[in-house]
Amino acid sequence: MCSYLMGAMDEVKMKNVFETTVLSLSGLKISSETKKAIQNRSNIFIMSDAAEDAVLRPKEYGAFDHGMRAALAARIAFQNQEDGLAHKYLEGAGNFKKVANPSYKGETKDLKSILSFMDKVAKDTRNVVVEDITALKSAHVNDADIVRLAELNSFMAYQIRLITGLRLMKGAEDERGIV
Amino acid sequence: MSEVLYKFTRSIPDWRPRIEPVKLDEANSDQLEALQITPSNTKVSDYVLTLAHDVESLKVRSPLFNAIMYDKGGMSRSEREIGAIGASIVNRCIYCASVHASRHAQLTKSDEVTDKIFADGENAKLSVRDAAILKFSVKLSDSPSRADKDDFNELKKVGLNEEEILDLILSTSLFGWANRLMHVLGDPVPPTVHGD
Repeated sequence: MCSYLMGAMDEVKMKNVFETTVLSLSGLKISSETKKAIQNRSNIFIMSDAAEDAVLRPKEYGAFDHGMRAALAARIAFQNQEDGLAHKYLEGAGNFKKVANPSYKGETKDLKSILSFMDKVAKDTRNVVVEDITALKSAHVNDADIVRLAELNSFMAYQIRLITGLRLMKGAEDERGIV
Repeated sequence: MSEVLYKFTRSIPDWRPRIEPVKLDEANSDQLEALQITPSNTKVSDYVLTLAHDVESLKVRSPLFNAIMYDKGGMSRSEREIGAIGASIVNRCIYCASVHASRHAQLTKSDEVTDKIFADGENAKLSVRDAAILKFSVKLSDSPSRADKDDFNELKKVGLNEEEILDLILSTSLFGWANRLMHVLGDPVPPTVHGD
């Protein structure tokens, strides 16, 4: 393959990397000084988007469909003051938009238990105890759905911190006057 | 039933699931594929069997984990482990902290750094470079994150380049994920002592 074509393919690949959720929300641009670092880890950014698909929009979604998952993701993003990410997920929340509001506690006993669990895992992980899992089981959440809720919450913790960290890289660039 | 461990420990605990793991002989083809079961490899941990309840997530997370912690270049493996340990301290994931302190000790051939972290947490008296790495990972792991531009600038000041900082952000963030699975879905318990 000629070097021109390979170069063009690399450019397309990098454009795709900078369009991933975390990089697009970080504000970092393809021309940024951090490009080399990001290029070296481009596989990780692509895999992170694949993880978002698997966790937010899985084929086997169990008791929590894509709308509910998007609402829970938006709720966690709001709790972590990542409003840009929260609004991205809110677009997919459909009839569950109110769940995304962190002050909404649920109307039924079961939903209250689920939201209480999700809030504690997101904000106060260290104090999660076996009784929190027991409460979910009492709210008719089966074992597979407990794992699905934990995966959703855990992935959001990863994605949010990655965006926060990348935004600090962007801020440092701005301070150095790099556009 | 063994008592749950609440203190950081150098002895890697066992992990006891809080829900019923997938039974290997009842696993479907997708689960078996994700578990990488072959005739010569049928040994799977309770942790992985628990995660197999959500096979789509398990399939994507394992290669992502390996890429972030082990891919070549950038930050040293031992320093990525400090990112993992910082997150595990914040989230009080006893199991993760123990495993990754052990990896750090193996890589550096010394327990000194992780002994200090276990004793004093974020305030451990470390080299300026290790201290900046630990502080950043601890603050990024809080909910919401407390990491700010001063913490970032400190990383630059102690000599981290862009590639290393990106790897630190990745390893710390990854353990925001790993801790919430390991600490939420199971308990660390004293390791089983096997007789001869």
